[in-house]
Amino acid sequence: MVDATAVRGPDDDRSDEFERRLQAFVGSASGPPLAAPDPVNQPMIRHWVEAMGDENPVYVDDQAAREAGFPGVIAPPTMLQAWIMRGLRASLDVEAARGSGERSDGSPMDRLMALLDEAGYTSVVATNCDQHYVRPLVPGDLLVVRSVVDAVSPEKSTALGAGRFVTSRLEYVDQSGGPVASMRFRILKFRPRRATEPDRGRRGPSAIRPCRPRPALTDDNRFFFEGAKEHKLLIQRCTDCGLLRHPARPACSRCRSFVWDTVEASGRGTVYSYVVNHHPQVPGFDYPLVVALVELEEGTRLVANVTGIAPGEVEIGMPVTCSFEDFDDELSLPVFRPVRAGSSPVHETVTRGCDQRSS
Amino acid sequence: MGDALPELVIPLTRTLIVSTAIASRDYQDVHHDPVLAVERGSKDIFMNILSTNGLVGRYVTDWSGPSGVLSDVNIRLGAPNYPDDVMTLTGSVTAKDERPGEDGMGAVELEVRGTNGLGEHVTGTVRLRLRSRTAGSGTAGSGTAGSGTAGGAEGGVAR
Repeated sequence: MVDATAVRGPDDDRSDEFERRLQAFVGSASGPPLAAPDPVNQPMIRHWVEAMGDENPVYVDDQAAREAGFPGVIAPPTMLQAWIMRGLRASLDVEAARGSGERSDGSPMDRLMALLDEAGYTSVVATNCDQHYVRPLVPGDLLVVRSVVDAVSPEKSTALGAGRFVTSRLEYVDQSGGPVASMRFRILKFRPRRATEPDRGRRGPSAIRPCRPRPALTDDNRFFFEGAKEHKLLIQRCTDCGLLRHPARPACSRCRSFVWDTVEASGRGTVYSYVVNHHPQVPGFDYPLVVALVELEEGTRLVANVTGIAPGEVEIGMPVTCSFEDFDDELSLPVFRPVRAGSSPVHETVTRGCDQRSS
Repeated sequence: MGDALPELVIPLTRTLIVSTAIASRDYQDVHHDPVLAVERGSKDIFMNILSTNGLVGRYVTDWSGPSGVLSDVNIRLGAPNYPDDVMTLTGSVTAKDERPGEDGMGAVELEVRGTNGLGEHVTGTVRLRLRSRTAGSGTAGSGTAGSGTAGGAEGGVAR
């Protein structure tokens, strides 16, 4: 989700001014120090450990806590932020202000968020949280936190949509001013992709899944991926001697000619070899992942995924046919499905899935 | 070094996602209201980062036992935790220093990973202080803290 590349806005002057306004927040306090509404207390700890399914007795049993080396019950250290969270009323106020289009005159962080909202980055998701605990918190501790805006990133393109990362640094102290914890917290403010966007609506869950890795495009192999976008399976052909070759390369291995064109494959082939990948798992792929070397009826072989079959049922020599999967706006790839004997005629599958010119 | 923690499988029920968000006082609608979550570009409600943080902390102290003292929890989120999925937490010891410090405890560093049906939900580094004798995985990893409570806890969360 946080894999990202910088992109430049279309209107440079306006975006420079916007950038300047954003960067003006960096290094300044996010707002006044925030005091916890309540001291660290047993009821909130109990809600937390029950929700988390955390059965560590040191959070609820004084005796067990002492036996474990603590002075008494402690709060779960990861509960740190919960002591300061502003709660339901503040969330409703923020929504009401946004709904009525009011400009927030609140803290610098509120204004930074409002500025990002105005620029269309209306959604928010937390991406990083680094907490350091100086000492365990105990019931009665009353926290105060000071927060500083650490960084606002350039616009990044992410799997969720274009957005900007905002990093804050927070220092937590207790009632006597002594430090108890610190935190670096990063959120992504992004432009949500709409469920109605044609490339997303159809794919549902994949709208948020990490993107497939991009192929490294060269002048030699570009035709293959451009063809795939049009749902054509193309094979490189030596224009001089007619030899087909794959993967793409500049010269013919038979006659050494650099001149080439392409022909469209029928999409029919057989599984020449395959592996079923369980581990390591890379985001963007479904596992177990069948990776096959498919021998096309034209004679060349290519590596592709096999879908529409349980991984355990794939066999060497099995007839397969090509269809295409659109992973996102930029990437479509051939995948192969088993040809079911007697059920779907091969040419029909190919016409529908692979060869849209119905040649 | 390289000692593996027992795996912890957490069913991501709606109850878990909503109750942990509320327990952390996070009332943002994307963590409890499916309609508004979709409107904001998500496919459903999803777990908030405070809860992921809490589950990572729980996972490590399940392993260390009650005397483990967390000193750092650093996490990075990837694929969201949506309802009706399952998150599997795994972890391993990446460094340890058994020499007792001022508090008489040694330090252990762990790498933790949580994967769900969409891929990697969380990767993290956790540091904790342990009584020197238990700084290794032997005593700390004994089933009472690990698998035992883990299974019972999930039952409690799911139902």
